[in-house]
Amino acid sequence: MPRVVRYLAWRLLQAIPIVAGIAVFNFMLLQFAPGDAADVLAGEAGGATPEYIAQLKARFGLDQPVPVQLGKYLWNVARLDLGFSFRHNMPVVDLILSHLPATLLLMGAAIVLAFSLGVLLGVTAARHVNRPLDTIISVGALLAYATPIFWIGLMMILLFSVQLGWLPSSGMRTIGADLTGFTYAIDVVRHLVLPATALSLFFMALYTRLMRASMLEVYSLDYVTTARAKGLTERRVAFKHVLRNALLPMVTMLGLQVGSMLGGSVLVETVFGWPGLGRLAFEAVFQRDNNLLLGILLLSSVLVVIVNVVIDLTYARLDPRIEVG
Amino acid sequence: MQDFLRRFARNQAAIVGVVILLVVIALALLAPVLYPDSPWDMVTEPFLAPGADRAHPLGSDMMGRDLAAGIFHGARVSLMIGIVATLVALAVGVTIGAIAGYYGGWVDNVLMRVTELFQTIPAFIFAIVLVSIFQPSVTSIVLAIGTVSWPPVARLTRSEFLTLRSREFVQACITIGMGDLRIIVLHVLPNALAPIIVTGSLMVATAILTEAGLAFLGLGDPNVMSWGTIIGAGRDVLRTAAYVTAIPGIAILLTVLALNLVGEGLNDALNPKLKNR
Repeated sequence: MPRVVRYLAWRLLQAIPIVAGIAVFNFMLLQFAPGDAADVLAGEAGGATPEYIAQLKARFGLDQPVPVQLGKYLWNVARLDLGFSFRHNMPVVDLILSHLPATLLLMGAAIVLAFSLGVLLGVTAARHVNRPLDTIISVGALLAYATPIFWIGLMMILLFSVQLGWLPSSGMRTIGADLTGFTYAIDVVRHLVLPATALSLFFMALYTRLMRASMLEVYSLDYVTTARAKGLTERRVAFKHVLRNALLPMVTMLGLQVGSMLGGSVLVETVFGWPGLGRLAFEAVFQRDNNLLLGILLLSSVLVVIVNVVIDLTYARLDPRIEVG
Repeated sequence: MQDFLRRFARNQAAIVGVVILLVVIALALLAPVLYPDSPWDMVTEPFLAPGADRAHPLGSDMMGRDLAAGIFHGARVSLMIGIVATLVALAVGVTIGAIAGYYGGWVDNVLMRVTELFQTIPAFIFAIVLVSIFQPSVTSIVLAIGTVSWPPVARLTRSEFLTLRSREFVQACITIGMGDLRIIVLHVLPNALAPIIVTGSLMVATAILTEAGLAFLGLGDPNVMSWGTIIGAGRDVLRTAAYVTAIPGIAILLTVLALNLVGEGLNDALNPKLKNR
């Protein structure tokens, strides 16, 4: 166990330069952005005297030399102070943390859905390679892989909410309904079904294709021939012998896709009015809230780093040949 | 080359991809001929259903704009942004990957750290931030998509260069005193080109999806009509006029599908040994 702890500490130490690099990058983008916080505030007030703007700049430290500002910015980021959102009148960190659970719920559901169905479909396709079932699954995966996530979301709203009236089209809970406990959970799940499915489709297609390819590759290995020669059933060979080894590239892919799933959730949350980070980012764009936008960029990068550490640990568990540390 | 074409032509899916792609290219080329006026112009009554008026086969949106004109002009925008953004990404990625792989050592180390940094930042969110800070325009969108999509190219080029670097013909070039730039551009790069081309063709598809997503969020160039923009606007009338949203979505789907099929066809034709994997 201490070994795992040491490994974790080492990995997190490694992540520091990456996070610092992204923070420096963020700072540079803020410098490039036309107009600083003082200008924005002054513009909002409908113009201000030069003295007032100078006073604002002094208050935000914008009158100091750029390297001093950078140092201050990094020091603030290290203390998890990402600035203040003047639009929401709240510190950026609090704002992000309050929207994070909704996004994690959406992404978690989408990952579980995409991974499990992707594995199932991929295994099925590989077991029926070049037969009709494989063709149907492969064509479906190709189509899903090419479909814009936001568009399929809108089409699902059209079918399941507008036409059939089965599921709610927007939000995370029924507004005004005073639900608690189990009924509350059911309500959230009902709201979750459409966005999670929309977000998962692209990744499900990706996993299906990868799983199929990976299974076919493992099928060609000698130990599978041995397993068959022992007289094991095809089902047992597929699920007990091939699947386990074919899963490894899938886990790697999961780590690579976290960032892209966060991006997809911006679109899905916008379509379904899901109150998460993505929706917050969308609002920040239109409110010209650069502090908030860059805070989201930084924290979503940190999220990617964390998930990848977790995945490395899972990897070592799945394949005993890979050692931690 | 002939061998390559024969192998490519045998792949039915890739041929379907080529045909769809040619249709999309034709739409893009014919846009200024068939619809010389701006696709933003109001030309007929609003909410004209598709097929109701032969002059406007795909109908019109809530502002009476011809959807067919939007689809034709959108093809131009999508293909142009997809291709140029990919070229930007290839230029950056190949340069960084080539230098890292060829020189190795601390240069490689530094460049790969930078690549890792860029790969950690969620691409689409990064693109949103770049476009919104530098204001939406075709240039900022192209540069943003290029900025977020070069890291995989750099990694691929680097690994190709790493293996080619130690081959005899490269050693021979070094021995006869050839300059580094000449070796990299004329001798190593041509041998690393096949996988880079495959990646490039698949990247155009991703770039088109990214552009559509940005435009859907309202981060498209306000002066050009993109398929994503039409979907973003059509969203408000989803319940009453779903075709405004549905039609451009199908256009994106088919274009991206075609590019993926072509990319995979190229991959199979360039690496015949890997086929049927």
